[in-house]
This record gives sequence, C-alpha cells and structure tokens, in this order.
Amino acid sequence: MNIDKSARYRTSHEFARKDGAEFVAGISDHAQESLGDIVFVELPEVGKTIKQGETFGVVESVKAASDLYMPMSGRITAVNGDLAGDPALVNKDCYAKGWMIRFAPANPPEWDGLLDAAAYEKEAGKE
Amino acid sequence: MNLKPEPLVFEVSAPGRIAVSLPKGDTPSYPLPPGLVRTELKLPELDELTVVRHFTRLSQKNFSIDTDFYPLGSCTMKYNPKANEVAAGLPGFRNTHPLVGEEFSQGALELVHRLQSMLAEIGGFKAVSLQPAAGAHGELAGVFMIRAYHLSRGDAKRTKILIPDSAHGTNPASCTMAGLEALTLPSNAEGGVDMEALKAGLDAAAGEVAGIMITNPNTLGLFERNIEEIARLVHEAGGLVYGDGANMNALTGVFKPGESGIDVMHFNLHKTFSTPHGGGGPGSGMVGAGDRLAAFLPGPVAVEKGERYALEMPAKSIGRMKAFYGNFGVLVRAYTYIRMLGPNGLRRVAENAVLNANYLKVRIEKVFPLKYSRRCMHEFVAMGDIAPGIHTLDIAKRLIDYGIHPPTIYFPLIVPEALMVEPTETESLATLDEFVRVMTLIAQEAKTRPELLHAAPTTTPIGRLDEVAAARSPVLCYRA
Repeated sequence: MNIDKSARYRTSHEFARKDGAEFVAGISDHAQESLGDIVFVELPEVGKTIKQGETFGVVESVKAASDLYMPMSGRITAVNGDLAGDPALVNKDCYAKGWMIRFAPANPPEWDGLLDAAAYEKEAGKE
Repeated sequence: MNLKPEPLVFEVSAPGRIAVSLPKGDTPSYPLPPGLVRTELKLPELDELTVVRHFTRLSQKNFSIDTDFYPLGSCTMKYNPKANEVAAGLPGFRNTHPLVGEEFSQGALELVHRLQSMLAEIGGFKAVSLQPAAGAHGELAGVFMIRAYHLSRGDAKRTKILIPDSAHGTNPASCTMAGLEALTLPSNAEGGVDMEALKAGLDAAAGEVAGIMITNPNTLGLFERNIEEIARLVHEAGGLVYGDGANMNALTGVFKPGESGIDVMHFNLHKTFSTPHGGGGPGSGMVGAGDRLAAFLPGPVAVEKGERYALEMPAKSIGRMKAFYGNFGVLVRAYTYIRMLGPNGLRRVAENAVLNANYLKVRIEKVFPLKYSRRCMHEFVAMGDIAPGIHTLDIAKRLIDYGIHPPTIYFPLIVPEALMVEPTETESLATLDEFVRVMTLIAQEAKTRPELLHAAPTTTPIGRLDEVAAARSPVLCYRA
C-alpha cells in the first residue's frame, strides 16, 4: 500500500494535503486499489462550500459507485478537470495527477483530527 | 447454446426487402411541413423469414432459469411454474382492459382483492396495495408514505432516514428520490446492525429522523436478530420502520415481518412469488402496511362492497404510483402460485430455500471463505480472491464455461471480493452437488492454472468483455 506521508486521511479513505494556504484532496492508494478500474468521477462546482464529512462527489468503478466525503470543511477553489477525460489517473497516480479537489479550509484545526499516515496505514490494514 | 455469431439486423438488410405489405391508406394524406420531412431513414429492410431466424437464433443464446442453474444472490431466480402462465393466459384475464369498468371486471377485482388479503396475511400487514411495478418502486412508495405520515402530523422536520451499510443500493436511491436524506449505519462484527451506532445515529439526528430502512434477512443472508429492538428504538425516536422485502423467500410461512415492528414493507412478487424477472419481467413490488401507515397506501386498491368488488383510494393515500392497477398479469401469476402451495407449501418454500443455502454454504466455504460465517438464511456471501492475481470476477466468468450463471458479485459492498450465492428452494440435491463440484474445480484451477480463469469465458459466442472500456467509452448507437 502506497501512502503519502505528507497527507492526512479519513477512515473512509479520502486524503487531504496542505498546499500553501489551501488543501488538495482525493482518495488513497488503498481506496483506488479496492475500487478497481475507475470509470467515472463526479466532482463539485467550484465555489461550493461543503462541511467536513459531507459528500463532495462520487467515484464509480466497474465494481461499485462510492460517495466521496470531505476530509475538512471548506470552499472548493478548483477541481481536477483531467479526470473527466481520463478517470484512470486516479488508479495510476492518486496522490498527484489523480487529485480531485482543491479547497480553502473553513476550519483549519480539523486537520488535527484526521489520521496521520501511520495511523491510516494501520486502519486500512485492518480491511 | 447457439455459438454462431449473429450479425445485427442492419448488417443483413438488403434494399427493397419487405416483410409485410401494408394496405392502401383509406384516409386522405396530409402533407407535413417541409422542414419536418426526412428523405432518408436508416431502418433495416428484411423479409419475414430472415427476421424470424434472426430473433430465434438470438433467443437460443439466452441463459435462463429454464435452461440452467442460476444462483444469482439477492435475485431469487427460482423456477416459475408453468401453471402460472396458464392462469395468466386465461382469456378473461388476458383480454380484459383497465378501462372496461368495475362492472365488467368483477373477476379481476376479486383476484386482486384476494391477493391483497393473502399477502397481508403472509406479511402480517393491516392492508396491502398492489400498485408498484417493481421492488425499488415499492420502496419509493414506502418512503413517500413515511414522509406523508410525518407531514400529516405537521412534522416537516423529519427528513433523515437511517440505512445500514449492507443495504441494497436502491434504498438510499429511493430516499433521495423522495427528497429525504440517507444516513449510513455501520454493521457489527456479526454482520447485523451495530446497535450502538444506531443509538448514536438516532441521538445525532434527534427530531429529524423520518425512519429506518432495514432488510431482513439482510444482504449478507443473515437474519437481523435485533429487529424488534431496532424497531423499538426507531419508534421511540419518532421514526418509522421500512422493511425491504427482497429477501422474503427466506421467511414465507415462518415469520411475519409486520409483527416485528415494521410499519411498511414491499415484497417482490417477481422473486418470492415466482413470476418471471431478470429481463423477462415486468415485476411487481406490492407494499403492505401496519396500523400507522395503512391509510397512506398508494391506490386504488380493491375493496369488497356487499357481494361486489370495487376500486377505492385509501383514506390518506399518497396517490397513484402507476397508471391503472399495477402489473395485473404478474398478480395473476403470484395468486396462482400462492393458491397452488397453500400455507404449508409456502412454509416449505422458506425451509427448503434456507436448507439449500446452508448446504451450499457449508461445502463451498471450504474453498471460498466467508467474512461472516454464522448460519445463513436463503443466501450467503463468500469471497473469491483465493489465489494471487485471482479476483471474484474471474471465478464468475469461469462458472459460465461450466454452464452455470455467475452469482451476484461485488455486492454487498462491505465484503471484499463478494460472491453472493442464492440457490433457492427449487433446485435438487443433484444440482447443488454439481455446483459444489464445479466451484471446487475452479478453486483448484485458480491455484494451478490461473490463465484459464483470466481467459474465461471461452465457451460462449462472445468471450471476456472489456468492462472498463465499455464503461469509459460506451458506444450506445449503431454506427453504419
């Protein structure tokens, strides 16, 4: 299992990573592997404000469709437009080219409540 | 199976060929405005015999319960007795029309009324409506009824419905379609609803809980032992309990869901009551309700008035879910099935469905392990990733080579590499033993000759499809 050490995670397998004053989020390597070949990613409109734990989109693979949950509350400042044409980027490179959303945090201390890389690795290993 | 590749009708089309000669029109022609007239229309041109052969050959490629074993979990692909078809084909039923009026539909209305009563008895409901046309349609009706109940009491804040993470995907979809919000409940280590999470969920959404949607037995094929306690807690929180009856085949004649605290529930007549489905439909997702919700049932329903039968809307009905009176032909088949079996026969259906599933479970789990391995009801969920590089999809595809329809795969989502088997009561011991033999053989192949599984199926007119390409760039129209 490939884990981005600089990111933090939800138990539902989304990651968030600081990028300047904003955050970048997507799904973990463990999540993309469990889902299998991803065929569609639905992302929110830029400008939308979404609370922590609410859905920001949907990821669909040949096996299943799964909701994507906001790792922290925030306002969407950008989405990865490349995923519309090439959803396989999430399979190939989930932490970099397969990123999903960028957001401005509404409540930065929520970061501290997320799982760090070691804790997430332990959590994902249980499955 | 007919293995010859069959061309599309467009590919065998020849200019000028026709199958029917239309009579000369006896009404004056009316010229359409010029912009609306097409001069070229890509329709195939074929003679009658070519059309008959084309569709007959296609039908010979079908896989069906009438040809082979079909253990598709959560779908109850049981045998549909041919007597059902005889009854549905009786001229009085077949040739009637919903607009002929009550006076000339007394026989049809009597059947509908009797079927409502029998299903109310089987489910432990106060009243039943046969309106919905399929399972998810019945769910939607039930969620509308729950919403209407709260609104009728002036309580507009109840917009949240709790749903276990093992539920059919149609449950959250029905909530969303009804304008309500679905909240997911985790399962416990035994595969049932996590009671502490339920209590926490009810507390967190206090005053906003419209209800819970619960499937019993659940999609793991496990009986929800805490059903009465779950219903009590949800009722205490002011919510109502929806029962997803997709798995009723495990319970007929043994357990009445309406007596376990469920307020409204759908049954799939096309699963439990042996009417054709899986492309052969149409279905029927009747809804039954207890005291709180009976008045809200969709309508019209059949009622007895003296010696006559009539159609009526329940007092606070959510209205119609469908034009006319449900899928009537399906109702005739279900009625026939129930009358042929009687109460004792229906009980034996459930007993044998559960016995067959447990027989398979005990033998199959030696080669395909289970995540939740307690005694099952009518189905069980194994896992297919038994060797390096082997996935459940490969097991499913290899089964096709052995003439068996693949089980449901990758559902429920809480079991990784899920393989969900439901044999139903209508299969013989010989068929079950053959299935075990084949599954054991495939398990060996997975370890010794994995390439056979990766290439499967190889005995069908079309082999392994590229599902990823089909999903990512589907071609949905014929390209000439």
